[in-house]
Amino acid sequence: MALPAHITVNAAGATSRQPVYALVGNPNCGKSTLFNALTGLKQKVGNYPGVTVEKKIGTAYSQHGQPITVIDLPGTYSLAARSPDEAVTRDVLLGRRADTAQPDRILCIVDATNLERNLYLVHQILDLGRPVILVLNMMDLAARAGLEIRVEQLEKLLGIPVIACEAIHQRGLIELKLAMSRADLPLARHAWTVPAAIAPAVSEIAAALVEGDRKSPLVARAEALLLLTDQDSVRVAGSTPLSHRTIEILRAWQSRWTQEGTDWAGTLVSSRYDAIGALAAEVVQLRTEAGPSTSDKIDAIATHALWGWVVLGAVMTLLFFSIFTLAESPMNWIDGHVAALSDAIKSAMPPGDLRDLITDGAVGGVGGVLVFLPQILILFFFIGLLESTGYMARAAFIMDRLMSRVGLNGKSFIPMLSSYACAIPGIMATRTIEDPKDRLVTILVAPLMSCSARLPVYLLMIAALVPGERVPIFTKVGIMLFMYALGTAGAFFFAWLFKRTLLKGEPPLMIMELPPYRLPGFKDVALHMLERAWIFVRRAGTVILGISIILWFLSAYPKAPEGATPTAQLAQSFAGRAGHAIEPLIKPIGFDWQIGIGLISSFAAREVFVSTMGVVFNAESTDETTAPLRTALLSAKWPDGRALFTPLVCFTLMIFYVFAMQCMSTIAVVKRETNGWKWPIFQTLYMTGTAWILSFIVYQGGRALGF
Amino acid sequence: MASASLISLSQLPVGATATLRDFPKAGTAFLRLREMGLLAGTTLTLVRTAPLGDPIEIKVRGYHLTLRKSEADHILVEPAA
Repeated sequence: MALPAHITVNAAGATSRQPVYALVGNPNCGKSTLFNALTGLKQKVGNYPGVTVEKKIGTAYSQHGQPITVIDLPGTYSLAARSPDEAVTRDVLLGRRADTAQPDRILCIVDATNLERNLYLVHQILDLGRPVILVLNMMDLAARAGLEIRVEQLEKLLGIPVIACEAIHQRGLIELKLAMSRADLPLARHAWTVPAAIAPAVSEIAAALVEGDRKSPLVARAEALLLLTDQDSVRVAGSTPLSHRTIEILRAWQSRWTQEGTDWAGTLVSSRYDAIGALAAEVVQLRTEAGPSTSDKIDAIATHALWGWVVLGAVMTLLFFSIFTLAESPMNWIDGHVAALSDAIKSAMPPGDLRDLITDGAVGGVGGVLVFLPQILILFFFIGLLESTGYMARAAFIMDRLMSRVGLNGKSFIPMLSSYACAIPGIMATRTIEDPKDRLVTILVAPLMSCSARLPVYLLMIAALVPGERVPIFTKVGIMLFMYALGTAGAFFFAWLFKRTLLKGEPPLMIMELPPYRLPGFKDVALHMLERAWIFVRRAGTVILGISIILWFLSAYPKAPEGATPTAQLAQSFAGRAGHAIEPLIKPIGFDWQIGIGLISSFAAREVFVSTMGVVFNAESTDETTAPLRTALLSAKWPDGRALFTPLVCFTLMIFYVFAMQCMSTIAVVKRETNGWKWPIFQTLYMTGTAWILSFIVYQGGRALGF
Repeated sequence: MASASLISLSQLPVGATATLRDFPKAGTAFLRLREMGLLAGTTLTLVRTAPLGDPIEIKVRGYHLTLRKSEADHILVEPAA
């Protein structure tokens, strides 16, 4: 048998190939901070094939400049996985994934302030028989909490390198890199005896894993222990299923123990904690009994029965205030420069289709992507800030009771709230939801929250619905609030419905750590923000650009006779014909083919409806709040002379926009997050179907009532 | 120890400390709770309940954990004297 990769040593004494480290740890232990500190910007972010779990690989450099590959595995409390993310950690460590080789060495990071619970995972990982380096992070916070940790003693007891570290202050990194580049990492002296009642089963299952499933002996033992702790570990999605013999042996032991009344899983967990307790007793000493911590003091207010709501309200108000005010001037700046660039190209190039393709299709499309970027960046920045300070968990704690009414848990709150700005970051934020069904339900309903791209449509329709400058502002605000409330109610209704029918599951759990409040690492938050924004630009951006070019083509061809107005050109273009084609579908809800063109163009982004209406009705200015477009809309007529934009139609159109799935980039992101076309298609159909039915009821009902 | 002194974790008053005594053996929720260090004999403190009464927040092994009352109902604890 060949030597395992991690001990292959060449004549010069250096490892013969670049070692691969897996970085593992509990959630909230500073794992991402350490990963960023080790690898800097040398990171590759992708997805594990077949699951929507982020795959992060980075390169660290030893003190001698040797590259070291580090895989950042999703945080978990145990190898007994409860979510797709945790399953990836388990499967990579056990070498079960075909797309990722089993890492040679493991870097285990633990929160020194909370050693006992953190060591549980370490204890499981030591079973794997790979060289492990233990990183004790947040040593400063441990000291402040009055804990004295004897690092050398821990090193002696475990027999592996233990590095004290403060990742956020870059302390301990040199020592860590030195340890990582050692060619001769020792294996742990893993003094843990499996309880006597369970030991024979472990050996038997491990033997079956070696024989029937071709596992290496050490991994087999670790896997046998895991199979005995966690029933679900038998079902491994995306990798080779276990042999029948192994499963039979496992089942036989389980039924035997069930008859005898042996709580085998509990016994294993307890005996690990016994071993950890003995270890902790030797290395951790509480020097001073610390009083209530800063976190306790903050939480006395932040999760208070009354003040908790005030704080939550204030944080959310600040979030939306920032999104809508801070983003405004960069958005105007981008808008202005895109328009200027477009004008510059127009004056530099001879008139023609190529020029129009570049200015209206490409530049317009890129501008359409960039204009959303300020809001998206701010939103991701806030989400990162809420996560890294620990407030996100408090928001989930406070909102859980309300979210549980519709069968979700508190963790769905932030993604749904973010969707008021844009569904895309909201949907991307659902990755913190462990339960796959809860995550899916949240993704399905998030686009019902009225996003900022609907705002211009609402503003235009309100301006047309209640024209006149003397209409009290309350009426306008009232209509606007009604639309937001309607979308929110719709989201909760459908969440409730889906959790009861389509995606029925166990009631979601709310087993969640409330980590101590921490000052955010701005570098980590910034990196997180840029990473997310890049995904947005890549996923949504390419879609918006593509759609813009297609829409340009559809509205530019076939050509109208020379000298036709833009309105006439659009009317007889493919887009105009498409509007005519869908008119029978939308006539029952009060829309004509011209509005139909607007609905189709909304697939680039809903706000494009406004500029499309400007072209369709030949308004000089297409600002949604200014008079020309409003006047043009109000003078639009059906062929029989009836007014097109009656108040009822304006109202119906808003209702349609609340519910309809019209955003191609959201569809693209949902496809990415659900790993296929099934759910985005379902989502488009249910949302647009609901939009049509409600619009039909409102329009026909309104007509019957004489509006 | 008389079993009469055992109450469910959801009945524990806010601020009270108790020792965990019994726990359902089946169910993924309870396995996860055990793996997070809630074992027979573990001491825990009920820190607070959420503003709407559910979930609850406990302190165990030096960290804070939330769980819903529906799980806490099944966890038996012995309040400290």
